[in-house]
Amino acid sequence: MTREDNTKNEKTQSDKKTNILSGLIKKKENSADVFKDGSVSVKNANLWYGDFQALKDVSLEIPDRKVTAFIGPSGCGKSTLLKCLNRMNDLIEGCRIEGRFEVGGTDIYKSADVNLLRKNVGMVFQKPNLFPMSIYDNICYGPRTHGIRKKSELDEIVERSLKEAAMWDEAKNRLSKSALGMSGGQQQRLCIARALAVRPKVLLLDEPTSALDPISTGKIEELTSELKKELTVIIVTHNMQQATRIADKTAFFLLGELIEYSDTEELFINPEDPRTERYITGKFG
Amino acid sequence: MSTRNRYEQELKAISDELIAMQRAVERAIDRAIEAFVTKDKTLAAGTAENDVEINRMERDIEQHCLKVLLMEHPVAGDFREITAALKMITDLERIGDQARDICEIVLQSGDGEYVKKPEHIPRMAKIVSGMVKDSVYSYVNRDLAVATSLDKHDDIVDNIFVEIKDEIVNIIRANKDNAEQAVYFLMIAKYLERIADHAVNIGEWVEYAITGSHH
Repeated sequence: MTREDNTKNEKTQSDKKTNILSGLIKKKENSADVFKDGSVSVKNANLWYGDFQALKDVSLEIPDRKVTAFIGPSGCGKSTLLKCLNRMNDLIEGCRIEGRFEVGGTDIYKSADVNLLRKNVGMVFQKPNLFPMSIYDNICYGPRTHGIRKKSELDEIVERSLKEAAMWDEAKNRLSKSALGMSGGQQQRLCIARALAVRPKVLLLDEPTSALDPISTGKIEELTSELKKELTVIIVTHNMQQATRIADKTAFFLLGELIEYSDTEELFINPEDPRTERYITGKFG
Repeated sequence: MSTRNRYEQELKAISDELIAMQRAVERAIDRAIEAFVTKDKTLAAGTAENDVEINRMERDIEQHCLKVLLMEHPVAGDFREITAALKMITDLERIGDQARDICEIVLQSGDGEYVKKPEHIPRMAKIVSGMVKDSVYSYVNRDLAVATSLDKHDDIVDNIFVEIKDEIVNIIRANKDNAEQAVYFLMIAKYLERIADHAVNIGEWVEYAITGSHH
């Protein structure tokens, strides 16, 4: 087989792959309305890592287009619950999950495709995890995976996502530069922009500002308040002032149990459970 | 020192400052009434002048509370305690103003004998002064029963005010020449009645600090 034949063969295979992928994508996109909104419902959630029970009969209803904060001491289950909401625990060996988890009325462990779920439920972690590629390519990664190839469409997505993440002005003249050359705060906002590029209905933030300075933290907090006009934000934070500043609702977890879940103002001014009061006033934890 | 220990020390310091302000206010009421009963204008003038000290105490406690809010970011019961303290000092400062107002009436009134020896006003003042003391102590001791009982004392004070008003009407009816003195009596009784209302307000803030609900 000549080099030309090889190239031809590779191209045919690649076209075949693209066709299969775009078929799958079409199928997925047709079912994109499977999540009717960004509301989240958790019913009787129990989770074990081996013998250790990390979540104990947790039930809560998270409203659409609001910011909800999960607070509690380390190891209380708040990040575990967050990860359940886009099935990040699925691949952890020895992890067993019980209960019902719904996003937009759909049971995410029964009916939803994991890729489709993660398109609709984006996640940003404590440390920025950008790909070693340009700012532009980082943002286009998700849309390209979902079959968008047209340059003009990708350009539009990059501009919209960066604007929504309030960093268009900072990034517009360096789109082709490496994303890793940006500051920590900018990288974290770029991670949010990347998550927004596929238009999720829910955004999960796992301690997104714990490694950032107060100015970058302020920008992300401000951004969170803007984002809730379009989507549901669930944030795990150890910073209780941050929860009071940005969250509409707050859930307090302790040793895998949901102790109290109410409007943020109510929880921080007049908590019902003495354990919540002791934790938020620094009497333990 | 842990943040929690530092916070508790700050809260203890604020409680001590509140007690000092309450004592200054109580002293002002007692002296104003003594100056009224004995027609001691020197005592009245000195007590009125001392109101600036009560105003200074209000500002100091206010600054202290704001500093704690800024530095410690208190929440839940801690937040309510500081908020209550901030509101209470406004009532205490107003009580100080009303004691000063009583002194000013003493300074304006003539030197002649009273048409009737004041009895109800000193009795009323004693109850009112006790209410102010109880209100602040209920904060310091987190005593909800004392804080909510202030309402009942206020009813007693209101009844005494009505008695005084009726008596004053009779005094004026008996001899119109006594009208000016009678009006001064009525004003003092009214200031005392207002002081009792401020003590009830303080009690309500204590209730908020303890339970989280406010009437």
